[in-house]
Amino acid sequence: MAIEIPKENWQGRIGEVVIGATPEEGGTRTKKIVLGGENTLPFLDFDGDLPHAPVIGMEVLDVVREDYPVLALEPIQDVKDDPAQWAKKCVDEFGADLICLKLVSTNPEEEDRSPEEAAETVKEVLGAVGVPLFVYGCGIEEKDAKTMELVSNAAKGERVFLGLAEEAAYKSISVASMSNGHGVIAFSNLDINLAKQMHILLTDFGVKKENLIADPLMAALGYGLEYSYSVIERVKLAALMGDAMLQVPIVCETTRVYNARESFKEDPTLGDPKKRVVFWEAATGTSALVAGADMLIMRHPEALAMVRRSIGELVGGGT
Amino acid sequence: MATALEIFQKLPKTNCGDCGFPTCLAFAMQLANKKISLDKCPHVSEEAKEFLEASAAPPIRLVKIGSGDHVVEVGDETELFRHEKKFFHPTAFVLLIDDTASPEGRKQKVAHLKNLTFDRVGQIMGMDMVGVKATSNDPATFASVVQEVASQTDLPLLLVSENPDVMAEGVKAVADRKPLLHAATPENYERMAAVAKENGCSLVVRETTSLDGLADLVEKVKAAGMEDLLLDFGPANMGNMLRNLTIIRRLAVKKKFRPFGYPTFVLAEGATEDAGIITALGTMKYASVIAFDEAEVPMMYPLLTLRQNIFTDPQKPIQVKPGIYEIGSPTPESPVLITTNFSLTYFTVSGDIETSKVPSYLLVADSEGLSVMTAFAADKFNAEIAADLVKETGIEEKVSQKELIIPGQVSRMSGKLQEKSGWDIIVGPRDSSGLPKFLKERSS
Ligand code: B12
Ligand code: SF4
Repeated sequence: MAIEIPKENWQGRIGEVVIGATPEEGGTRTKKIVLGGENTLPFLDFDGDLPHAPVIGMEVLDVVREDYPVLALEPIQDVKDDPAQWAKKCVDEFGADLICLKLVSTNPEEEDRSPEEAAETVKEVLGAVGVPLFVYGCGIEEKDAKTMELVSNAAKGERVFLGLAEEAAYKSISVASMSNGHGVIAFSNLDINLAKQMHILLTDFGVKKENLIADPLMAALGYGLEYSYSVIERVKLAALMGDAMLQVPIVCETTRVYNARESFKEDPTLGDPKKRVVFWEAATGTSALVAGADMLIMRHPEALAMVRRSIGELVGGGT
Repeated sequence: MATALEIFQKLPKTNCGDCGFPTCLAFAMQLANKKISLDKCPHVSEEAKEFLEASAAPPIRLVKIGSGDHVVEVGDETELFRHEKKFFHPTAFVLLIDDTASPEGRKQKVAHLKNLTFDRVGQIMGMDMVGVKATSNDPATFASVVQEVASQTDLPLLLVSENPDVMAEGVKAVADRKPLLHAATPENYERMAAVAKENGCSLVVRETTSLDGLADLVEKVKAAGMEDLLLDFGPANMGNMLRNLTIIRRLAVKKKFRPFGYPTFVLAEGATEDAGIITALGTMKYASVIAFDEAEVPMMYPLLTLRQNIFTDPQKPIQVKPGIYEIGSPTPESPVLITTNFSLTYFTVSGDIETSKVPSYLLVADSEGLSVMTAFAADKFNAEIAADLVKETGIEEKVSQKELIIPGQVSRMSGKLQEKSGWDIIVGPRDSSGLPKFLKERSS
């Protein structure tokens, strides 16, 4: 009996977004990344096309504080005080497709480093690696406004993506990104309506859709994962059904696994903390991809390797 | 279930009234509402009967594995996405034991099962079944190992062999436990179905060349009289697994394709790490039973947590009862703390208080199962709610002091809470992991 594959004929398609610019496009990246372009649910290539396999970026901080988890520190111990070397290690040794540079040190309540210093760090990282960049501020709007302006100029031509634009704070970051042809990461808080609202706010403000990536907040396994999983699935389904304002590629961070203490706490009944936290992060990343993420930002290189292998098996092959 | 109109189309349409209703349509409406059974109409055709029985059946059959108090239920799912309603029957995890493993190795594996039982946010989670693989392909060896394993665990059993002679011997040893048999194949299905049928066992149907072949084989096994079936399409390459599981689920739920109206089975053998990701994928996307060789704790605990997450009801967070909880044996001098009734929050905080060894009272507010931070953002945990809780619980009669420790993340409500409750508000650490140190310092 020949079974008939029950195909979904989705009307919608996720828009393509280019991150990074090579010399031809006026930048200095050795490669660029294209996200999106799919008109089917993750890995279901019998329903439509998935032109670009998911990519994996890694997090780099401009300052590592006391509370940075010890197990995450291990692999980057030797480079932790040098964001450029850290980024280089992520690319050369761990195989990161992109660097997500977080300028946490600009936080006025902490180190309060100046926007000039932050922009300098961005330049150093751009000089050290050939992959594209995301650059995130400290999350305090007044400070980020100035930081992002300088970062945008420092990265002129490189098509970096600036984050995070939030409902109550998206204007200055949008201005900074638009002034030099960069992109914006639109953050929403586990809420499909808010995700859509963010994209409406941003596009009304003048940010083009091809310059937008959505971060719908990926909660860690055991720490709200099921909410994120379903929100992302719903966003993807709505986009495929034709909701143009949700046809934006999705980025998910797996770094919140360190919020879920059970992922790494010392507890003999839960087994080796390192193995556990690595698998915890890989499982969180896999969930994000299955739900609909086009891209991940990860922390532990071994978790990245595990997810990378899985992506290899998940794309292609046919049935 | 078919609609009244669909049912009506299949009835004789003579309005003879023998069913006790004036018209066939009236009868069809009663049927659609499940108020009456089809046999009340004496004139209904065989074809109509078949159609109506099939349409009344759930899209995916509920299969029970095991006997007595030790039964695993799988299947009976109705959705493609958990947000549409929920996923009902958590993926069952099976630990496989090889019948050629050393006696010591087998014993250790069974003993390991108890390391895989965890109490997480108030729910017990663990392995669901134990499987024995007939790698020896020898009936006597298999039967004796099956018997040995069965005597060491109450968990429902899976027997793995494609040789009907070996399987028959193995089942004999544990027939009353109603094991799941793996597997009927195109080569052995007649005899394998007979073994399953004779012993009242459920049976996995395995066809690894194509889904077409699998559907054919299911029909054959059904024709041999088997009803409690599971579907196995073979080697678990991640991509093919995800696609095949999706196609099967869609055909079953959306098309009511009967040959695929059964739970699914995945044999995740091979490299440990990848077996972990395969298990994670299967848990999210439609595998009903997954069997694997290794079950290391640092991998199983996250996997069991993932299963718990995915199979919670999206409408209802796991929660605890609001009220006063006593941790240790508190006295009138003991500290009083407050949190919300999201289960994860409650168990995290109470665990941290236990670690401090400082006996305490923990007040748990009804935040409709939201975490402290989420509830605070949603106005479901605020100064009024906290002040009311202090009054309603009567905590004032239990303690001699009036100091309330609140989560550091909600320090903003301390002024108003002090005013409303008349208690002194102490702002605790932001993360309850700071509580052991905090409580110890205060009590000394
Ligand atoms: C899962 C989640 C949700 C789920 C809810 C899950 C649930 N049942 O609670 C959903 C999707 C429903 C949700 C919704 C919202 N959320 Co929400 N959510 C989360 C997420 C990802 C995890 C929350 C969680 O489970 N925490 C785990 C528990 C254990 O944490 P907790 O209860 O706070 O307890 C800790 C501490 O507070 C402390 N503690 C607790 N009790 C006590 C007691 C004492 C005495 C002490 C000392 C300490 C202490 O220790 C605990 C362990 O660390 C967080 C982000 C994150 N942290 O990863 C956001 C987060 C909490 N959400 C947030 C927001 C804003 C919302 C929304 C308002 C968003 C919206 N767009 O509507 C809504 C509100 C809900 C509504 N309107 O219905 C914000 C809160 C921001 C703020 N500062 O107020 C957060 C922090 C995300 C963010 N970064 O913006 N959310
Ligand atoms: S008995 Fe059957 S044929 Fe007669 S009215 Fe009822 S449904 Fe119609």
